[in-house]
Amino acid sequence: MVPTDPQGVLTGAHFLDGDYACAEGAMAAGCRFFGGYPITPSTEVAERITQRFPMMNGIFIQMEDEMASMNAVLGAAWAGKKSMTCTSGPGFSLMMENLGLGVMLETPCVVVNVQRGGPSTGLPTLPGQADMMQARWGSHGDYEIIALSPNSPQESFDLMVDCFNLSERYRVPVLFMMDECVGHMTERVVIPSAENILVEERRYTADPPDKHLPYKADENLVPPMTPTGKGYRFHVTGLTHDERGYPVINADAQNKIVRRLVEKIRKNAADIIMLEEEQVAGADVVVLSYGISSRVVIPAVEKARSQGVKVGTMRLITVWPFPEERIREIAANVNSLVMVELNLGQVFLEMDRCARGQCKTFLVPHCGGWVHDPEDIYNVLMEAAK
Amino acid sequence: MKFWRTPLDVDKLVVPHGEVHIIWERCKGCGFCVEYCPRDVLELSEEFNSKGYHPPKVVNADRCVSCNLCESICPEFAIYCVNTTQPEGGKTDGTD
Amino acid sequence: MTQTAQATNEHPMAEWLRMDRMPHIWCSTCGIGIVVTCFTEALKKSGIDPNTVAIVSGIGCTGRIAGYIRLDSFHTTHGRAIPFATGLKLGNPRLKVVVMSGDGDLVAIGGNHLIHAARRNMDITVICVNNFTYAMTGGQVGPTTPTTAYASTTPYGNYENPFNLPRLAASSGAVYVARWTALHLRRLTKSIGEALHKKGFSFIEVVTPCSTLYARKNRLGSGLDLMRFYHDSSEIEHHAELEKINIEFQKKIVVGKFVDEERPTFIDGYNARMKEVFGDKFKEYGEENGQN
Repeated sequence: MVPTDPQGVLTGAHFLDGDYACAEGAMAAGCRFFGGYPITPSTEVAERITQRFPMMNGIFIQMEDEMASMNAVLGAAWAGKKSMTCTSGPGFSLMMENLGLGVMLETPCVVVNVQRGGPSTGLPTLPGQADMMQARWGSHGDYEIIALSPNSPQESFDLMVDCFNLSERYRVPVLFMMDECVGHMTERVVIPSAENILVEERRYTADPPDKHLPYKADENLVPPMTPTGKGYRFHVTGLTHDERGYPVINADAQNKIVRRLVEKIRKNAADIIMLEEEQVAGADVVVLSYGISSRVVIPAVEKARSQGVKVGTMRLITVWPFPEERIREIAANVNSLVMVELNLGQVFLEMDRCARGQCKTFLVPHCGGWVHDPEDIYNVLMEAAK
Repeated sequence: MKFWRTPLDVDKLVVPHGEVHIIWERCKGCGFCVEYCPRDVLELSEEFNSKGYHPPKVVNADRCVSCNLCESICPEFAIYCVNTTQPEGGKTDGTD
Repeated sequence: MTQTAQATNEHPMAEWLRMDRMPHIWCSTCGIGIVVTCFTEALKKSGIDPNTVAIVSGIGCTGRIAGYIRLDSFHTTHGRAIPFATGLKLGNPRLKVVVMSGDGDLVAIGGNHLIHAARRNMDITVICVNNFTYAMTGGQVGPTTPTTAYASTTPYGNYENPFNLPRLAASSGAVYVARWTALHLRRLTKSIGEALHKKGFSFIEVVTPCSTLYARKNRLGSGLDLMRFYHDSSEIEHHAELEKINIEFQKKIVVGKFVDEERPTFIDGYNARMKEVFGDKFKEYGEENGQN
């Protein structure tokens, strides 16, 4: 990791909304290509970037749709840029096929989804967290992906830097799963100086062109990138391919590549997973949440504690890959696990699966459009404590 | 070589000559080279290659003028022409 | 005189192809291989450093070109070659980015990207191999299938109107537009050379034979018969009136160079506008911004 290019860093204390903070985080992380399509409530990310890019030699293009945006981002990444796009539900759906291309080509890039209410056009201006399973499984085929979720504008900045770093380290598109509340919430955001923002530089192959295999993985299961325009004359394809990057259409090749794409994330999960836990040790009930919901949980938890319930909290900063082992560990030591999310049970299903019947599991559901009433959460906590 | 008019520098003209190479097993027998060779150098052979196609064969080697059309029109990259023109003395034989 | 060469790498195309992937998947009498040769020939003559050339293909028979040409090459998803190419070009303006894909890929599923890249005058070259059908999937009707022609999904003949590709590209803003057939080897090669040197969005349609599907379903004989048809039925008319060059089923095919003009590219426009706004504070975006 090296200090970032100071051109993109707006060091100082600011009053920013989550979308702007996310854009600042991207530029601070070295993002210099943005291809996107306007969609509420994510458009401010693009707007902020268009304002600031000309002065840091970044290039912005508003594409004709989200399929084009996703592909332009992949193209720019292969051209050597740190690149990103941002969108919301409907656009996220349109990006799915080519997100899969990003996974298959092992292309570092970042996709921001400022979640709104769905399905379909749903609630363009109001929050939701109902794209979480789409983030995990939205493109066809088996794969693993990384998704982070911030709960404040400050974190929108901080985690964007992590998103870019993880995408470079593991050569995978990283999803930044914000929600409308965090996106449009304005708070103090402190941006450090450039020398205090460490970024992962793109790792290119050290092999000469005649000895180079574009998909020969290192011990971490991640192959170094091949530079475009440098005489490597390499081929990449969305088809199942071998280490040379050549299409190979059989079960053996499929087994090799799909396993590696999955394993490179699973085996490195400990490095990727970020959690925030509080009073989990000795708790009877542990509440899980992420994004804006993690802030709505606080008054409910405080109230339950005042009633003598031993409540711990866990915030998923990394939602995918899911912290399976940790959940299993906790499940063995508590009465109940409670999930609070703005959907009718998505990440809850993962929590429930990992609990493996070791404890009771509860969901505090919400269809989106607003956040939970803390009282509803409190009621479930009391139920869970019984 | 027939001319529709006799060029003034006919004595200095050297008609190029080429040698056609056929990659027998790569050919898929489309016949484009045979059809479009302006000098009728090629003909489809009777024999099959292992894919079951009839590759071309050279039947009028002397007539090749190394125009490389067979090479350009072959969709299989299975035929090519090497220019074998002698700098001196490779003059037209006047036949045709 | 050698009739059978054992050393296959002697073929002059060997250094331009991934020989370890030969033979290619294209059927006998398919024209795509000819387009590859013409492109390579044009690139050799262009003086452009081949190491700076990137090929982008979508999905389909023509989409496989990226896998065979030995250049930096990207085989992307169906219809999305142009936006991928847009990202490559903007990400590293030093690259010469060429899209080679089929009519279904570029004009049906990818049609929106084609017209927008032309509108922006994105500095890329698009070579559209038009065989009038979706060949990879078994000969379905496509955006260029002539009216009345048979396809697997028009068993009673096509009742839709096809696109006139040069007109579509030109009216969308392409600065270089040409149409040739796979039989126009020299002219196609020259045209590709011109397109490679053209600053801005260049578009070349190449009508190519598909014997396995298009010709078979329409009882047009082999690919060789289609080549003979091109020979008899194509007419060169440079700068033809584009509204008059629709391709009708087994009728005259007007070929030629139809558009060759100058217009600022996307990056030119961006730099000019930013210079106006920011003056000397703005550093032009250009070749030196290519990373790696």
